[in-house]
Amino acid sequence: MNSSQMMALMPILTLSLTAMVLMIQASIKRDQNIAWWITAAGFLLTIWGAGYARDFAQSVTILLEVDDWGLFFSTLIVFASLVCLILSRETFSQEAERKEEYYLLLVLSVLGAVFLIQSSHMASLLLGMELMGVALYAMIAFPEKGELPLEAAIKYLVLSACASAMLLFGFALVYAATGDLTYAAIGAEASLAYGREPLVLMAGSAMILAGLGFKLSVVPFHMWTPDVYQGAPTPVTGFLATVSKGAVFVALSRFYLEAELYQYDTLIAALSVVAVASMLAGNWLALRQNNIKRLLAYSSIAHFGYLLVALIAMSIVQSIAQAQLIADAVTFYLTAYILTTLAAFAVFAQLSGEDDSKSMIDSFDGLFWRHPVQATGLTVALLSFAGIPLTAGFIGKFYLINVAIESQLWTLLIALVLGSAIGIYYYLRFIFAMSKTSLATVKPQSEENFSAQNVLATVLLILVLVLGSWPQPFIEFAGRL
Amino acid sequence: MLMINLILILLVGGLLALLSERLGETVPRKVALVVVLVDIVYLLSQLSAMPQLTQLQAPMPDDPGTWLMHFKAQWIPAFGINIEFALDGISLLMVMLTLVLGAIAVSSSWTDVTTKQGFFEANLLWTLAGVLGVFMALDLFLFFLFWEVMLIPMYFMIAIWGHENRGYAAMKFFIFTQASGLLMLVATLALVAVNHNATGMWSFSYFDLLNTSMTEQTGHWLMLGFFIAFVVKLPGFPFHTWLPDAHTQAPTAGSVILAGILLKTGAYGLIRFAVPLFPQAALDFSFVAMMLGVAGVVYGAVLAFAQTDFKRLVAYSSVSHMGFVLLGVYAWNELALQGAVMQMVAHGFSTAALFMIAGSLQERLHTRDMREMGGLWQQMPRMGAVAMFFVVASLGLPGLGNFVAEFLVLLGLFQVNPWITAVAALGLITGAIYSLILMQRSFQGEPNARYDSHGLVDFAGREMLTMTVMMVALVALGLYPQPVLDIAQPVLQSLLDLTSVEITP
Repeated sequence: MNSSQMMALMPILTLSLTAMVLMIQASIKRDQNIAWWITAAGFLLTIWGAGYARDFAQSVTILLEVDDWGLFFSTLIVFASLVCLILSRETFSQEAERKEEYYLLLVLSVLGAVFLIQSSHMASLLLGMELMGVALYAMIAFPEKGELPLEAAIKYLVLSACASAMLLFGFALVYAATGDLTYAAIGAEASLAYGREPLVLMAGSAMILAGLGFKLSVVPFHMWTPDVYQGAPTPVTGFLATVSKGAVFVALSRFYLEAELYQYDTLIAALSVVAVASMLAGNWLALRQNNIKRLLAYSSIAHFGYLLVALIAMSIVQSIAQAQLIADAVTFYLTAYILTTLAAFAVFAQLSGEDDSKSMIDSFDGLFWRHPVQATGLTVALLSFAGIPLTAGFIGKFYLINVAIESQLWTLLIALVLGSAIGIYYYLRFIFAMSKTSLATVKPQSEENFSAQNVLATVLLILVLVLGSWPQPFIEFAGRL
Repeated sequence: MLMINLILILLVGGLLALLSERLGETVPRKVALVVVLVDIVYLLSQLSAMPQLTQLQAPMPDDPGTWLMHFKAQWIPAFGINIEFALDGISLLMVMLTLVLGAIAVSSSWTDVTTKQGFFEANLLWTLAGVLGVFMALDLFLFFLFWEVMLIPMYFMIAIWGHENRGYAAMKFFIFTQASGLLMLVATLALVAVNHNATGMWSFSYFDLLNTSMTEQTGHWLMLGFFIAFVVKLPGFPFHTWLPDAHTQAPTAGSVILAGILLKTGAYGLIRFAVPLFPQAALDFSFVAMMLGVAGVVYGAVLAFAQTDFKRLVAYSSVSHMGFVLLGVYAWNELALQGAVMQMVAHGFSTAALFMIAGSLQERLHTRDMREMGGLWQQMPRMGAVAMFFVVASLGLPGLGNFVAEFLVLLGLFQVNPWITAVAALGLITGAIYSLILMQRSFQGEPNARYDSHGLVDFAGREMLTMTVMMVALVALGLYPQPVLDIAQPVLQSLLDLTSVEITP
């Protein structure tokens, strides 16, 4: 490894450095505030590092592939972690003891995610996923006094372990069929291997997809999602919904594209079933949720169903322009999803904190008249999820519909439209609850205090709106990745 | 820039109205009225400066230069999406109708809305801005954007200030229009994709998409996407079920805007997009569409007759009246189209007035149930006389706007299909029945003793002024419809020319 390769690894290096500094700090003086600032500085440094590494984009050993696309998502994910970090400050300051570990876990988890995004080899895929996952179990269970977080952590742990086992078994089978573990080599070898051992290769790839599907919580691997979303502390839920899912999806796309899995009709058929089931079941199950965290859990299932449409469309690509459209669609939708989710959680963390009863729909009654700013923010986020024009979510959906039409995936398109139509209902329910006037006599509570969280929520919402109403700069940027 | 300014004035005005609530409870409605009036004056002042209006030429659909006004600026070049507005005779008529009814809606909210007036007037103005955008946008993406965005303030108006069952009604309204809007989005994107494959460039411009060639089957499917979106909004049978709920539950100003303007966006969409973009498919489909139209005319009338709720009756009568528009559009000849356009304007005024009367009754009696009314003429003679005027207008009395409209539609339709015309003519009779029933039950007959002591207040200056504006409009449309026909004629002529070239019977 030469120095230019080291430079390419800058984000990973800065994150590792942050983790080490945190450990050293804990051994000198245990102080939550210092730990928080170190973590924040580490994340900012990493965002700089990701930009710096763009000049050195290349593959580093066989394990990692540093490219612009990965670096962009690394930046986005570190930014999301920064948001979660700011949200955590309030939440975890109330915990009496042992709070610096949380920041260490957060940094390690992000390190895993960034590693995962840039992986080009099955070993690094597993390494990144486990590092991210193991730290996440502890983060979910961090408020040790509650029952819900413990339940959530156990559920997530057990199911993730299953998923990892499946993933490993899948690796073994694919290795047996192709004799290699790097994505590119699998892709090059695959058509030959398919001739020799079709069943082994298919079973292996399917198991890998299933393992990743667990983390993405697409149907039928979605059972853990609502409980974990509900049980985990709000900032951790936000982290899980954005960083963990986003990183896994990027890794999945990379593996899917470089190993050329889109060549196999069987896999495409299976993926289509998963996508349709996720879009319909996710939206359908969300209909009856009264807890906003559970609602967001089900809606995230649906959103990853929508995203799978773009991957499936790769199977019938005819031109480079079409492939570019699909790549742009994935980039845009994932970005829009991450920003919108962060915005929703930023607003929501302020409103409800860790009180589970405050996540129920009843506690949103008349919010417009009590906290107009937050209510407007949450409304914009929900409208963006629903895909109403002028929000980022709409342009994302616009892209996906475009992709589905260009590739003539009519069944998926119908499911997408149907899912979106169902989705409107449950997002509107919350907006309606917020606009109830029964509490109209309540005056706006105090003046909105000027906190970091407020600023953060505002910035995120402006991003969501700008991305939705003036997407051209971002489209151009995404096109160059 | 005129077109953008028209929209911006309303958007900014909405914000001002929202903020002006801090100055006092009653300030927002004054701000809102001033904003709409400024918009009207601005439009008129700019119109007189336009030379083309006096010597209207046919706007060619493929040449934006011949339109009254055209504006184009880049927005998302990656997809060939532009901010493109254009104005021709029909859009101009609709824009004027929107602004006048907007002012009337503000007036009708004067005493009706008592809580959160700032937010209410803001939503009202924003809805108007969205509707103006729909009537002027000629980039299909931009059109879709306004189409969706105008729903959100309307949703809030129903959901926050509506009557007892507002949550259900608001939700139903939103989901119906939004879901059908998604179909339109898919159809739009598919149309753009077809055009992209043929020409190799992305464009959402109406002018570029007009002559897209496609296979017959594709044309049918895409046309259906647009058709459903517009017919839901119109509303045509069998997609009308959201309308009675939304109209009944909305506050008076909301009903006025819904019935007076929002329904017209559906009709406008049919004339502007659904038929010209897919002439062959529309021709093949015209029989089905006309059957749906005639079903709406008769079914809406029958259901209106069965209602006991004043507002619900008027709402169902809208279904019946908009059936005529559907018939007129799909008969697709000049007479019928003139009738459809006329109906859009006349129905806008007559129904808005009836909803205002319903609102005034509810404000005074706290009920919309006609069984609780009766003999109100004696206590409120002015309101009774006004109601009588609009009821006979709505049933199509010769000399008033609605008659001209329905007559023209039937005349045009007769050349296409006499049988459907015969059935549709039944609508005039049933219209008379439910309209007179409405009048009898509420204003005539034995006075309900319960209201003797209430001291019911008759229409006063503000209300009479508003009503007079609409009465004058309807009488003018009925006695001398020529100006409206003249403005619409060149547009309709060019649309007919455009479609007749392509159709191979």
